[in-house]
Order: sequence, then structure tokens, then C-alpha cells
Amino acid sequence: MNCFDEMNGSGGDCRDAYRKISEWLENETPETLARKRDEADAIFRRLGITFLVYGEKGSAERLIPFDVLPRVLTSAEWNTIDTGCVQRVKALNAFLDDVYHGGEIVKAGKVPQELVYQNPLYMPEVHGIDVPFGVHSHISGIDVVRTGADEFYVLEDNLRTPSGVSYMLEGRNVMMRLFPELFTNMRVRPIENYAEILLSNLRAVAPDNATGESSIVLMTPGRFNSAYFEHVFLAEQMGITLVEGQDLFVEDGHVFMRTIAGPERVDVIYRRLDDEFMDPLAFRADSALGVPGIVSVLRQGNVTLANAIGNGIADDKSVYPYVPDMIRFYLGEEPIIANVPTWKLREPDDLAYALDHLGEMVVKEVRGSGGYGMLVGPTSTTQEIEDYRKRVLADPADFIAQPTLALSTCPTFVETGVAPRHVDLRPFVLAGKTVSMVPGAFTRVALRDGSLVVNSSQGGGTKDTWVLS
Amino acid sequence: MLSRSAEDLYWMARYVERAENTARLLDVSYRMALLPSEGDDQTLLWGSAIAIGPAPESFYERYGEATPDNVLTYMALDEDNPSSIYSALKTARENARAQRTSITTEMWEALNTVWLELRDIDAGAIEQMGRRSFFDWIKERSHLFRGVAYGTMLRDEGFQFVRLGTFLERADSTARMLDVKYHVLLPSADDVGGARDYHQWGAVLRSAASFTSYRKIYRGEIVPSHVAELLILREDVPRSLHTCLNAVTETLDLLAPARKLESKRLAGRIRADLQYANIDDIIDKGLHEFLENFIERNERVGRQLQTDFLMAPVIDLSVTA
Repeated sequence: MNCFDEMNGSGGDCRDAYRKISEWLENETPETLARKRDEADAIFRRLGITFLVYGEKGSAERLIPFDVLPRVLTSAEWNTIDTGCVQRVKALNAFLDDVYHGGEIVKAGKVPQELVYQNPLYMPEVHGIDVPFGVHSHISGIDVVRTGADEFYVLEDNLRTPSGVSYMLEGRNVMMRLFPELFTNMRVRPIENYAEILLSNLRAVAPDNATGESSIVLMTPGRFNSAYFEHVFLAEQMGITLVEGQDLFVEDGHVFMRTIAGPERVDVIYRRLDDEFMDPLAFRADSALGVPGIVSVLRQGNVTLANAIGNGIADDKSVYPYVPDMIRFYLGEEPIIANVPTWKLREPDDLAYALDHLGEMVVKEVRGSGGYGMLVGPTSTTQEIEDYRKRVLADPADFIAQPTLALSTCPTFVETGVAPRHVDLRPFVLAGKTVSMVPGAFTRVALRDGSLVVNSSQGGGTKDTWVLS
Repeated sequence: MLSRSAEDLYWMARYVERAENTARLLDVSYRMALLPSEGDDQTLLWGSAIAIGPAPESFYERYGEATPDNVLTYMALDEDNPSSIYSALKTARENARAQRTSITTEMWEALNTVWLELRDIDAGAIEQMGRRSFFDWIKERSHLFRGVAYGTMLRDEGFQFVRLGTFLERADSTARMLDVKYHVLLPSADDVGGARDYHQWGAVLRSAASFTSYRKIYRGEIVPSHVAELLILREDVPRSLHTCLNAVTETLDLLAPARKLESKRLAGRIRADLQYANIDDIIDKGLHEFLENFIERNERVGRQLQTDFLMAPVIDLSVTA
């Protein structure tokens, strides 16, 4: 596949953004790079920046491979990503607030009613609950891919409990330690204020009736969660208490935490626990991880959850094709970053087209994630394609199809030396009174030659992302 | 501070202290075993090391006999013995991992490093490095961890719970060690001053890092009642019961100056008893009884902390659903 390389473009001449990196690489030997990589690994391991791989013996702690070659974006490129993602998150928040209140967009016929209100991801339990500034998704991970010098697409939105930001922040720390001279030469914009912005947003969305200094906590499912390290890291960076469900309880319409000096009121919960576990009284009764009765406190407006419950309805893959219309409907603007063209297999014409072109397309389950359960046509065998065809025919509404994108590549240090590998980009958009981003992102890289799957559960690695000023 | 955090920090410190004390106990047993012995002295010696632990029966069920190898395996490496050095450091590290936001990075690194190294050590590896070197290594790591905690940790409530855990565990350990060793040694207490006795009591003192302190304080030969006095009543000996309880009561006062807590009352009474006690009275009435009673009261303080600081176990909703 002919694809765009972020260092060498399509032709082979080094692009401006990478000029200094290219010069630097010419003087580095594979031995030095390998030594730097080992050094980075040692730092990650010592800091305990690991993730748990489920299903392996005893949920082994593993490192996500870190590539020491940075990915570089110019300020113009960043400007597109920044304004495009901020625009998108504004529209998605407006959509969430709308479908949990009046449902104007449905009434206007822009989004099919059954797609929203008969979707299992729609949570009637939180219908009608007002949230400060209408913000439902305070932290959003927008997955962006690139196919050319000026071609960016949003691949998907993550509005529930997106993770990965600790890799963005710690990756930068490690890079500054390993390659100080590159930073001196390259004017890389800083990202360290992420935690500060997040904290001030969380303060801003405290309930109106919160008294004095609002009490903010980060709620984790616990130390056995795959992203536990990140929860610890963020709580530490913000200086807020890291709690588990068992530390919280509901009394007299408020949430309290158990402290050694007695119960203390909690106003804002940055939670990293999935919706269905949050309240055994409202959702899964067998969940011991959540806080019984917390939905009733939400309804009384006495606590704010970040992110709010029920966001799945906006980042569901079956709703994704409608995001550009949301931008037009709520903001009256044209999308700055386009969606990937998507065939909705619930519609007969789209289904017929997709079935004719399965071998060229990527087909995804609307509720799948983590790179599981998808078909990448061009790299699949005839047998795999035929098996997948049967699955699609059994329930077409469960699938969407997209063209196989020629994802851009970045120079990456692998076994055979420095070679191009496919990447994607997950910037984190922070919403409170205002919506903003730090100039950085979590770049995932598919380490296997030719692979388009960047998920860390499937052998992907990470890179530091540099935005030049 | 969260009650759960307080509890995790408290147990983290207790388990690090426990690992160190187990290493000390094994170390003293090896020192004693080096002396020429008669009859079943060796069995008595190693049996006494097992008797200190919380559940000696489980040792005999699984290992049968208290041989040096069996005792070492059980107390240093056995994953199923909750008080083994292995299990203690594993639990301490798990607690630390759960409280990464309450401890410093340096503390985490100190504990994580020793755990990662210990994980790869088996009986063969201990032989290779030498048993005494292994015990020294564990003691050093524990010292390092404590030093790092004192040198880096914010003096907040979390720090006080680390202190509480350390001193309650240390008091328990010193009392148990003295109790069991006193039993083993008592039969020969008549010929005080013999070379053998000197070595044995010297080993007990060394296990509590108090040999040179003894020399400085009492100057003369090693007398059992002096050893008991040193490890029970002296306020200037860092591992004595009195010193530990001083630290516990001070810490509780710092943690909750204005609150009337049952744990404060219980700890204060033990401390007062130690302050006004006399070693001859204690020995006359029975040292064993005294120590047994102390261990029981010390444990009660630990349990009372759970109530006073809301560290009570949480009701599990999932069971009924």
C-alpha cells in the first residue's frame, strides 16, 4: 500500500518538520538507539508504568513498548487537529445534553430515533439530569488518523473513560531525560499543564451548592484494573484523593467518603469505572465496585460525575456517522476534521455495497473496541472474509464498514533498524467552562511491519508526540 | 485521609517490620546453632523459632520436623505462610501499590525493588549467597525503606499510620522473641556467666540489635534479668517494649489530639504499666505471663485502631445480589 510517511512525505524528500530529527538520526547508531530504548524501558518499569493484560496467567504486568523516535507535528497541522477536535467535542456534548433532555436533533430528523432511544447504550436512568455547563464528556479521547499531508480523519470518539494520557505525560518526561539536546534545538511545545487544566475544569463543574473548597476525588475500580497505574498517576499529579467504591457512601442525598476523621462530603468524582458498575441500585446489582444510590444524588444535583453516565450513546460506532451532522446542527459550522466514510450496514444499499467489497474494507462491530472482532479485508484470507460475511448477514445492524485507510507512517526503531510504521493519534480534549487541549497526544504505533492495528492489547507501542511552536 | 489508605499504610509498615524481624529471628537461631550442642538442643532451638510465629501447628503439619532447612524454607520463602519474609514483603508491596498516591516515589521504588529481587530467590540462591548474607540483605532493605520513609514522606496522617504499624509490630516481635528465647535459655540460667550462656544471650541481644547497648548500659557480664529489663523497660533502647509504646502513644496524640479514643486509653495504660514497672517484680510474678499479657494487650490496641479510625471491614453487597 502506498502511504504517506510523516518524515519523507510521499516522494522521499525529508519534510521540514522532521529535518532536525533526520539529521540527528544520521549520526545515531542502532547501538545508541537500543541503549536509549533500554534506558526508557528501565525508567518505565521502575516507575511502575505498566498495564495489565487480561487473560494471561495472573494478569501479568507488562510494559507497553515505547519507541524513542518522536513523532513531530508542525503548528499548522496541530492547529487543524486542535480546532477540529475541540469543535467535535462541543458538538458531542451538545448532542448528549440534547438526547438526555428534549431530543431536538431526533425531532429534527437528523438522527434516527430508534438509533438513540432503542440503543442499549442509552441510559434512561439519567434522562433529564442537568449537568453543569451541559458538559457530559469532560475528558474525551478523539482518535485521529492521517492519510496525507493535509488529510486527517476522526476514526472514533472515546467519551466514556478514555485512557492513555499517562503515556503522553510520562513519555514526554522520559524523552526530556534521554534527549535533552533535541529539545534545546527543536522548540517543542510543553504539555505539562494537562493535570492543572483538568483540575481547574473539575473544580468548575462542582455542584452549585458545594460549600467552600470543593472536594474532588478520582475513583478507580482498584489495583487490578488494567489502567490502575494511570489512575494513581493522575491523582498524584492533581493532588486529589484516589478512592474506590468501598470508600464512598450515600447519605441524606450526598456522597461521602470514609476518612480517619469521619465522613467527608464529596462534590466531584473523576471516575474511571464503567457506567454499569457505578450504582448497583440503578445498574448491575452484582457490582461491588460502585456506590449504591449515587444516581439518586446525581438527580438531586449534589454531585458531579466526570465523565457523566450514559455517554456511550455518543461514541457508539452506529452513531459515529452522524457526528458531522451534529456539528452542523448544534454549532452551525462545517466539520474541520472529516469522518472516515462509513457504510451503515443497517441500511440495505450500504450493506449490498459492503458485501460486494468486503475484501477491500475494514468492517467493525458497532460495540466492539480494542481492535477485537474486526475484519481488515486486504490482510484477511478468503476463508476469514467468508466467515465474517456470515456474521454480518446474521445481524447487519451490528456492523459498520469503512474503506481500508492508508494510515500514515513514522520512522520507528525496530529490530531491523529505523523503519516506517503505521501510527494513529489520540489527543485528549478537556471540557469544563471552556473546551481545550494541550499540544500533545498519545501516539500509538503498530510495531509489526505492514500492520494497521495499533492497540496495545494487540502488540502496539507508543511514541512521544511533539508539536513545534 | 481515607480510612482505607490509613489501613493500607499501617499494614505496609507492619509487614516490612515483620520481614525484618523474621530475618533477625532466623539470624539469631543460626548464631545459636553454631555452638556445640547435646541431645535435642538443636530441635529445641529450631522449634522455638517456629513457636514464635502465629500458627506453629501449620508448620508441623506440612514439614514434620523442625530442621534448620525446613525452618528456613518455611519462615523465609513459604508462600503459604502469611508471616514468611516472602509473604510479608509481598503484602507490604501490594499495600504500597494500592497507596501509590499516599507514599513517595522513593518509598515505592525501595519496596518494589526488594520485591522484584526477592521474587527470584529460592532456597538454592540463599545457600549460594550465604544465609547470613541473606538475612543481612533483608535487614538492610528494611532499614533502607524506613530511612526513605523518614527522609521523604510528608509528615501527615499517612506518616503517623506508618509509625503506628512499625511500632506495634516491633513491640509484638520483641515480646515474642524474648518470651520464646527466655524459655529455651532459662534451664541454664543458673550457671550465669559461662561461655555458652554468654554466646546465647549475646545472640538474643544481637537479634534485637542491642548487644553493644547492653555493654554500654550494664558493662558487666550478661545477666538474663538485665536482658529482660533492657528489652522491656528501657526507654532508650530503640526496640524495647517501652520505647515502642512511647512511640505509639505519642503518634496517637498527634493523630487525634482532641479526640477521646479508646485506642489512646489502651495504649496509654500499657505505657504507664511499663513506665512504673520493676524487672524483679515482673520476673517474680512470671516473665512468661507478663509477656503473654503484653502481647494480648498490644493486639487489642491494633484492633481498636480499626474501630477508632473507621477502618472497619466493608459489607460486601455482591454476596447477597
